[in-house]
Amino acid sequence: METQEANTKKVVVDKKPLEKVCIICAKGSLEDVYATLVMANGAVMEGIETNVFFTFFGLDGITKKQMNRLHTATTGNPAMRMPGGIPFPTMLGGLPGVETAVSGMMRKQMEELDMPPVDEFLEMITAGGGTIYACKLAIDMFKLEKKDLSDEVEDIITIGQFYELCDGDRTQIIFT
Amino acid sequence: MIKTFCKTQVEVKVSEDGYLEDMSQWNEEIAHEIAKEIGIELTDKHFEVINYLREKTEAKEPLTIRKVGKSGIVSIKELYQLFPKGPLKYSSKIAGIPKPTSCI
Repeated sequence: METQEANTKKVVVDKKPLEKVCIICAKGSLEDVYATLVMANGAVMEGIETNVFFTFFGLDGITKKQMNRLHTATTGNPAMRMPGGIPFPTMLGGLPGVETAVSGMMRKQMEELDMPPVDEFLEMITAGGGTIYACKLAIDMFKLEKKDLSDEVEDIITIGQFYELCDGDRTQIIFT
Repeated sequence: MIKTFCKTQVEVKVSEDGYLEDMSQWNEEIAHEIAKEIGIELTDKHFEVINYLREKTEAKEPLTIRKVGKSGIVSIKELYQLFPKGPLKYSSKIAGIPKPTSCI
């Protein structure tokens, strides 16, 4: 509760903190998946009920085979720069092995900031009570099965079921 | 802001959201009182975590829940059980250290 003075009249402002977030991850690059994971973990740490929904290429973030080797794009990424801030030539980004090396460097820098690898990050989210879901349509499209996914994934659900999870008037849906 | 803790009758400087501004003013009585306000009953396990947090803060090492989880004292899951809905936020407040600035 907070009181504010407005036109000499006392107005009582009732703060309405966020109670639930439902985060959608539809892209599979390193930065897209981590944006989802950091936001989800941050919400869990604040005591906010958290559901995370992985769909389309975002499924790489919860697929056992892929989740710990995500890449960041070295072509078509104007924000990509060399150490020291020199622009990263697009031609160079297209050479074999460059994207792997750059992504490895990014992961190393993240590790230095105590950002965990994806599998461990998912464990941290579920340890705090967050729930992770995979999109049924995308799972069928990529011909994946539950056994291909991280053990932290609760279930494979439809978009309708996802919206059912988003009930409540203090709920926000975030699309990263 | 100055806050007086009833039991100890000590005047302690706290930030707007209730974090101690000087961690040397902390004692176990104060920890119990802050915990009670949050709704946590402190056990020995809580104090193990609290002491770990204070040691790391004194050493100026940044804190994350991942670090606490790897400390060998508690797992991340246990940390959430000890300090529900605020594993780092509430534990830091009770430990008398500044509000955590970490995002992880």
